[in-house]
Formats: sequence, C-alpha cells, structure tokens
Amino acid sequence: MEATAPLPQWRANLATIAALMARAKNELLRVPGAAIPGVLAPTIFFLGINGVFGALTQLRGFDTGTYESFVVPVSMLQGAGFTGAAAGVNLARDMEQGWVDRLLVSPAPRWVLLAGTVLAASARALIPATFVLAIALLLGASWPGVAGLLIAYLMTAAMAATAACWGSALALRFKSQSAAPLMQAGMMAVIFTTTAYAPLALLQPWMRSVAEVNPVTQVMDAARQGFLGAVTWAETWPAILVMLALIAALGAWALREMRRTAA
Amino acid sequence: MNSLRVNARVIRALGMRSIRQTFRRPQLMAPILVFPTLLLAVQTGGAGGAVDLPGFPPVQGFLQFMLAGAMMQSLMLAGNSGGIAFAVDIEMGFTDRLFAAPVPRYTIVLGRLAGVAALGFLSAVWFFAIGLAFGAEVHSGVAGVLIAVFLVTATATAVGGIGAAIALRTGSASVVQGLFPLVLVVLFLSSAFFPVDLMVQPAKAIAEYNPFSFIVEGVRTPIIAEVDATDLLEALLAIAGIVVLGLVLSARALRHRLRTG
Repeated sequence: MEATAPLPQWRANLATIAALMARAKNELLRVPGAAIPGVLAPTIFFLGINGVFGALTQLRGFDTGTYESFVVPVSMLQGAGFTGAAAGVNLARDMEQGWVDRLLVSPAPRWVLLAGTVLAASARALIPATFVLAIALLLGASWPGVAGLLIAYLMTAAMAATAACWGSALALRFKSQSAAPLMQAGMMAVIFTTTAYAPLALLQPWMRSVAEVNPVTQVMDAARQGFLGAVTWAETWPAILVMLALIAALGAWALREMRRTAA
Repeated sequence: MNSLRVNARVIRALGMRSIRQTFRRPQLMAPILVFPTLLLAVQTGGAGGAVDLPGFPPVQGFLQFMLAGAMMQSLMLAGNSGGIAFAVDIEMGFTDRLFAAPVPRYTIVLGRLAGVAALGFLSAVWFFAIGLAFGAEVHSGVAGVLIAVFLVTATATAVGGIGAAIALRTGSASVVQGLFPLVLVVLFLSSAFFPVDLMVQPAKAIAEYNPFSFIVEGVRTPIIAEVDATDLLEALLAIAGIVVLGLVLSARALRHRLRTG
C-alpha cells in the first residue's frame, strides 16, 4: 500500500477551519428555520426603531436626512451580534452533546478550532446584514457607495467575530446553553450603548459618557459613514484597530477557556 | 372539602410550581427582566432627547414615559415564557399526567396562568423600583401605582392565555419560542415606546388601533398625569378582549389536544 505524505501543518490547519465552516454552513442549509430569528430580529428592530423613533431627526442637531440611513448600520451590527452570540450557543450545545470533547482530542491546534467557529459566524452574519440593508434601501436609506458598503460589511463581519469570541468564551466557561442570555445581552449592551439611536450630542449625559468610552461607538461611526456622507480613512482606521483589539482580547480569553476545558 | 376549594388548591399548587420553575432557571428570568431593563436603559439614554419634540406629552423625563413600555415588554415576554414552559410540560408528558388526574382541565391552564400573573406582578414592581431609584416620579401617587400594577398583572395573565392556547395547540416549545419576534412587532406597533402622534407611518396608523396601545396608555397615564377614567376603561376593555380571545383559543386547543392526544 502506498503511503500518502502528510499535509504541511498550515494546510492541515486551513483544511480543519474549512471543515468547521462547512459544518456551520450545513447546519444552516439543513435547518434553514434556525437562521430566521437571526435575520428577523434585526429586521424587526430596524423597522420598529425607524417607525417609532423616526421623528428624532426633527431635533436640533440631528443633521441626518433620513432616520433609515442613520439606523441601518445599527441593525447590521445588531444582526452580527446575534449571529456571533448564536455561534456561542451552538458551541455550548456541542459541548453538552460531547462533540467538543471529540474535537479537543484531535491533533488540531486550539486556535484552529476557535477560528473555524469565529470565521463561520463572520460569514453567516452577512446574511442578516444583506437582508436588513435591502429593506432599508427599499424604504429610502441612502446608497452608501461601494467604499461605504465594503466598510459596513467589514465592520459587520468583524463584529460577528468579536461576538463569536465572546459567546465561545462564555460557552466554554459555563459549558451550558443556559448562558445564552448572557451572550446575547452582552452584545446588545455594547451595540446599543453607542450612538445607536442619536448622534453623541443628543444622547442623555450618562449615555454620552458611556458611548464616549465604548469602543464599539468607533465601529458604529465607521459602519455608518457611507450612509451619511463621505467615507474617510480618519473615521475608518480607529474602528479597524478597535475590532482587532477586541477580537484579540476576547479570542485570547476563549482560547484560555478552551485550554482549561481540555485540561 | 367542596370542589371549588379543591380546584383553588390545584391552581395554587400548579401556579407555585410555575413560579418556582422560572426562578430555578435564571435563563427564563433573563428575557422577562434583564432584556426589558436593558432596552429601557438604552432607549432612555439614546432617545431621551425626544421629550423636546413638539407634540411630546408633558413628562418629567423620558424614563417616566418609558416605564409603561418596559412593563408591557416584560409582561408580554412573561406570557411567552409561560407558554414555552407549558409546551415543555406537554413535550415531557407532565400535562398528560395532569389530564389523567381527577381535576377539571381548566385548572391546569389556570395554574399556569397564575404563575404568569405572578411574573407580571413582579415585573410591574421591578420597573417601578427601577424608575423610582433613577428619579422617575409617579404623578398620581400610590393609587396610580396600584392601578398600573393591577393592569400589568391582568394583561400578563391575558397574554399568558394566548401563549397557553398556542402551547396546547402545537405542543412544541420551539414553536412558542418562535413567537418571540411577534412580541417585538406588537410592541413596536403600539404606543409602548413613543407617543402615537409622533410615530412614522404606517406604524402610526396601526398603533392607533392596536389594543396594546390602549393598555399602555392605561398604565402610563397614572404615571405621567392624573388617573383618567376614559384611559382606564379603554385599557380594561382591551384586556377583556384579549382574555376572551385567550379563553376561546385555549378551550378550542384543549379540545383538540384531548381529541388527538
């Protein structure tokens, strides 16, 4: 029998990540209903917030023409937060069913296992984002231009990766789907304590203070810039730095929890 | 012991069980209290400037205005959670054992609703505590608090009736859980979070006729102004309508379940 040469480590890692992403994709194709809440919730929020708070644009200092343009990035990021948190819930379910134990005894490095989950969430987050965006454009949101669109999608994917790291760390910590509300509430809190509803100057003083120190405000502003006006590098790079830092910090925490689980 | 007292004991025992179930599993409490509290905070902080809009009713602050909306969200989620728990009981066969017991079937549904009512009461008390802690005033005083707490508790029970009917009809916790987005739709298309007159069409047109808008106004009026008999009566009528709908749907679903097994 002819022996096959082992794959180089980097190719084996890529193949493992691709397999984990394919598994997440299969979940989506086999149980399409499971994706509905992730798509529906941000869409309902978008339509609801727009219908309810649309009059806020009449306030002095609210310079945006339409509230749809102002709110659509919020819903895209919210969808990403939900999707990333759902990745954590799925990981917790896999732990309860023993699937993660089998992954942990495989020779794949821990970071590869985490990367599969996180990248799958990033890719999956583009579905609710596209759905919400299509509805927003139909309702009159401004076309963000190609650069604005790419940045909005980049922020969405990065937000989903951040949420997936957060959800995975909690799943590995608590080893139970019971932690799901914590995963979702955490994401909801960081996304909505930004300039989600109104520009910084119009927020209540306590919310303004929180939004000023909340790093996700930078992400919100970057995702929003194409919808409200010109895209600038000055508004983009802080958001990229914030996302990289959050993914690195939360990813490191998730890896630490994974090592503790395996020990 | 007469049958009425026996039935009351059954309802009490099943109600206590449903309350204990909720407190034993914190994940069931999260949607009822944590999410509405979080939304109350972010909406108050984010959209608080709305009180300066022309046409906004005179209020002490946006938090005072939003308390009724937060209570409505919480009680609707309590009703939904009650339906989910009932469906889990059906899936696990617990309800079948109750059906085989020598107790009237309606006590089984009322037992679950007693638990939902307790959660509704808890949510009203919780949001009044939050509001008072953060400086909101109840304009009509203790009477206003009592009216609002009663309306919230009654509405939770009424909404729980619809949740129970869906649980009985489908017997599936995931189907009842899937109704969660519908709760948000009903809330956004009511005056829960904003005055109807300032809402954008078509949400405004729907909110004007949404029965939950009448209930919200019944709860809100004693908080931001003096008690208004018309608002109170309209809220009570809206609750009565939801109760009747829940009773009819529950009775039909119960018959269907007993017939099909």
